[in-house]
Amino acid sequence: MIGRVLGPTVVLAVREIRRHLLRSFLTVLGIVIGVAAVVTMVTLGNGATAAVREQISGLGANLLQVRPGQGFGRGGGGPPPAPFKLDDVDAIRDQVAGVVVAVPTAQTSATAVRNAANWSTTVNGTTADYFSAQQWAVTTGRVFSPAEEQAGKAVCVVGSTVRRNLFRDEDPLGQRIRLKNIACEVIGTLATRGQGGFGQDQDDVVFMPLKTVQRRLTGDRDVRTVLVQVDQAYDTATVTASIQDLLRERRNIRGAKQDDFNIFDTAQISATLQGTTRILTSLLGAVAAVSLLVGGIGIMNIMLVSVTERTREIGIRLAIGAVGSEVLLQFLVEATVLACLGGLIGLALALLATWSLAPVIGVPFLFDPQINLLAFGVSALIGVVFGYFPARRAAALNPIDALRHE
Amino acid sequence: MVAESLASAAAPGGAPVDASALPLIRLRGITKTFGSGEGEFHALRGVDLDIDAGSFVAVMGPSGSGKSTMMNILGCLDTPTAGEFLFKGFHVEQLSRDERALLRRRYLGFVFQGFNLLARTNALENVELPLLYRGEKPRMRREAAMSALEQVGLANWWDHTPAELSGGQQQRVAIARAIVTSPEVLLADEPTGNLDSARSVEIMQLLSGFSARGITILMVTHEPDMAAYARTVVHFRDGIVDRTERRS
Repeated sequence: MIGRVLGPTVVLAVREIRRHLLRSFLTVLGIVIGVAAVVTMVTLGNGATAAVREQISGLGANLLQVRPGQGFGRGGGGPPPAPFKLDDVDAIRDQVAGVVVAVPTAQTSATAVRNAANWSTTVNGTTADYFSAQQWAVTTGRVFSPAEEQAGKAVCVVGSTVRRNLFRDEDPLGQRIRLKNIACEVIGTLATRGQGGFGQDQDDVVFMPLKTVQRRLTGDRDVRTVLVQVDQAYDTATVTASIQDLLRERRNIRGAKQDDFNIFDTAQISATLQGTTRILTSLLGAVAAVSLLVGGIGIMNIMLVSVTERTREIGIRLAIGAVGSEVLLQFLVEATVLACLGGLIGLALALLATWSLAPVIGVPFLFDPQINLLAFGVSALIGVVFGYFPARRAAALNPIDALRHE
Repeated sequence: MVAESLASAAAPGGAPVDASALPLIRLRGITKTFGSGEGEFHALRGVDLDIDAGSFVAVMGPSGSGKSTMMNILGCLDTPTAGEFLFKGFHVEQLSRDERALLRRRYLGFVFQGFNLLARTNALENVELPLLYRGEKPRMRREAAMSALEQVGLANWWDHTPAELSGGQQQRVAIARAIVTSPEVLLADEPTGNLDSARSVEIMQLLSGFSARGITILMVTHEPDMAAYARTVVHFRDGIVDRTERRS
């Protein structure tokens, strides 16, 4: 029964919409803008979240970075916190469950010189484990051998930026570069990593064995950063807590005294940053959703006007034998068809906007069928909800009065 | 929704009384009162009337005599305050709003003084409208509507909107719309009220033609020339039937 009526009703609704093309378009403009805004915001937001995830994962998965000092800056007064030593690194590796490797690094900056070319760069003293923990592949040559690490040999592995600036197209393997007062042999070159999560050039670096850097460049036995690779089966938060307990004990920090070191958990930072972008996305989406609501009110307004304007028509339909529910259905279908059309136009606009805006603001274009479906469904629902009141008013008209209406 | 098959005795007015023993329409003691208290107005004060199937009845009377109220009740658009209205055996005074709508859809056709066609809708679509509510298939609607337009001599005008048609043509489209469902009763409320005399004659000849084919016609008019086409003229005065003239 209802299906038999619905078919012609949709035909009537489409006829009526076609008859007032401009007015129909203006009526649904609110819905169009609302749907377009919601879908654009959420799509671009998802793109931004993906971009953040991408950048953070470049820092290395399941990695903890342990540094002396609080937070990123030094902050406050007092003596600088004590640096780590190698036995701290051994303790972390041997005493904390879930640690695959703990890699010490010492860092300094120096100018690398080869013949007439020179280049200011960062020198990292570390062990071969560093490259496996960072999943950083060697393109040519090799990384340090345990013997070279033990002996503190003057060998180095260079990042692609350094290689390009010092060697151009030459093969650097076996060549020597000078760093401060030591000449070291290039034994390997690294794959290009590109920009890091914070915009720095990760390839502008020279790696040497830790001992070499300590003895011949920094002149101390300090370890600047400990890179900890966590077993996949362990939760990074648990391992972080264990390392914190261990280091507090070793550094004799008791009671409520604050840590004088910090543990940087890339997974956690990633989660935090993704959470932040996600919240921002939903916030923008919510703001855009308000315009959808306003669009619904626009539809209700025009439908009310339409009912008044078409009172005589409603009277004719009722006299001819339409029952109340058929008149109600007609106006409800009209509002819903209008809203759906608005939704479709909005989706098309959003597709156009996201597709052209994504490259401009530097996020990937990710088409999300779910948000598109949701936005369309909501616009249809708005048509039903905001169309109901005017439709009920039309259905309740008295045919005699309606026919007499001028 | 209300039982589509009103004729199957599902109406709350009870099973239709044996309709063959009754006239098509029987009114007994119909009253209609508007307002209440001081402003109370008695439009109808007890009307008794029998109308047989196939008759052509003109309702006449001065304005305020209750003839329009009578037509609204006969057209099942309004309900009487008291009294009994039997139509094909149904107690119309006991039917709900939707049931009366279904009764109109099934048995009645309307022609109004003001034509009451849908604006910006062509003649064919206007004539199709009642068939739409009957749930007829598009092809059948089109054919029936074209045939109805042919019967009123407007087949060549099917794609014109009311604004593009003269008053006489509009009223003929309205008549086509009223007869497209092959109704039992055609109710015409001052059908020639807005037309010049030449157009009026055309309309009355059309109505006479449909009457000759067995459609019961109830027409309100205040013009004796038009009432002359009817075989029965019912004169209203002050809310009651004053006198009934029958012509052979």
